[in-house]
Amino acid sequence: MSITWFVVLSAFIFCIGAAGVVTRRNPLVVLLSLELMLNGGNLALISFSRMLGNHEGQVFALIVMVVAACEVVIGLGLIVAMYRNRIPIDVDGVKEMRG
Amino acid sequence: MREVLFFIAALGAIGGAMGVVLLRNAFYSVLSLVAHLVALALLFLLLTAEFLAAAQLVVYAGAVMVLYVFVVAYIGGVDDPGLRQGGAVTRLGPLFAGGILIELCIAVIGSGLDALDGQGPHVAAGFGSPAEVGRLLLEKFLVPFEAASFLLLLAAVGAIVLARRRTGLLDEADELPERAGEVPIGGGGEPHVPEEDPHPPAGTAEGPGDPTVERGDDREPVEAT
Repeated sequence: MSITWFVVLSAFIFCIGAAGVVTRRNPLVVLLSLELMLNGGNLALISFSRMLGNHEGQVFALIVMVVAACEVVIGLGLIVAMYRNRIPIDVDGVKEMRG
Repeated sequence: MREVLFFIAALGAIGGAMGVVLLRNAFYSVLSLVAHLVALALLFLLLTAEFLAAAQLVVYAGAVMVLYVFVVAYIGGVDDPGLRQGGAVTRLGPLFAGGILIELCIAVIGSGLDALDGQGPHVAAGFGSPAEVGRLLLEKFLVPFEAASFLLLLAAVGAIVLARRRTGLLDEADELPERAGEVPIGGGGEPHVPEEDPHPPAGTAEGPGDPTVERGDDREPVEAT
């Protein structure tokens, strides 16, 4: 099982996520697709870590997980704020942002 | 065995990813992402990243997805707007993704890295264990580690600031009907017209059930009568 398979699979996952970010309108699904893109990147990092035989790619993937968690928290906070302010839950509905 | 596991996990990961993008209901998208994450954890195990596989299951598929499920349940019966209508983006989006895929595959496969064709070097039994990753994280990558913890703190504060209840910014028409009778967090008291008052003054008639109305303004005409 060569490393190429894993890297190509990560490219697939990244592209599916990119398609979701571009085409979906529900911001929740856009966030989920962003998770897909980050996971594709993680898989590539871990594949290259295995290819090189050291752990640095895994540490990098761990930091990416932290960044993904932060992004989820902020994004969901934004969605909740949109819902509270009666802005339609639609990425095209956010014309302006106010504090 | 390795190949069989890889193809099962790869099909699960791609199927989960397609489900996230294609399913109409956001709740099903979240569940599909959980399946995707479990399959991805299996792939991490195949790449001998045991600690990351466990972290993926516990942190991602456990904690983060619970957050998603809570928000989907909170927002509730929002009818999904679905795909973007009418724009060129809807038609060009999949093309764009396919273009990225082709470019990435050319970049990876055409890069001529010899090591990509093998299974990687032989590694010791402890490769990917928490001890190894933790030693690297606390010795060589201490500054990124601390920066990540600071980023988490900032995100927590930011989420509280974003999702807090804003009193005073909302108009009456913007107020949600479900929350009409709810007690506001800082208000401490029902803003409804009191029952024992037979003649509710005009000041309270316009804002019953609005949690954003200040209590002092609400009750003052009652005391005047």
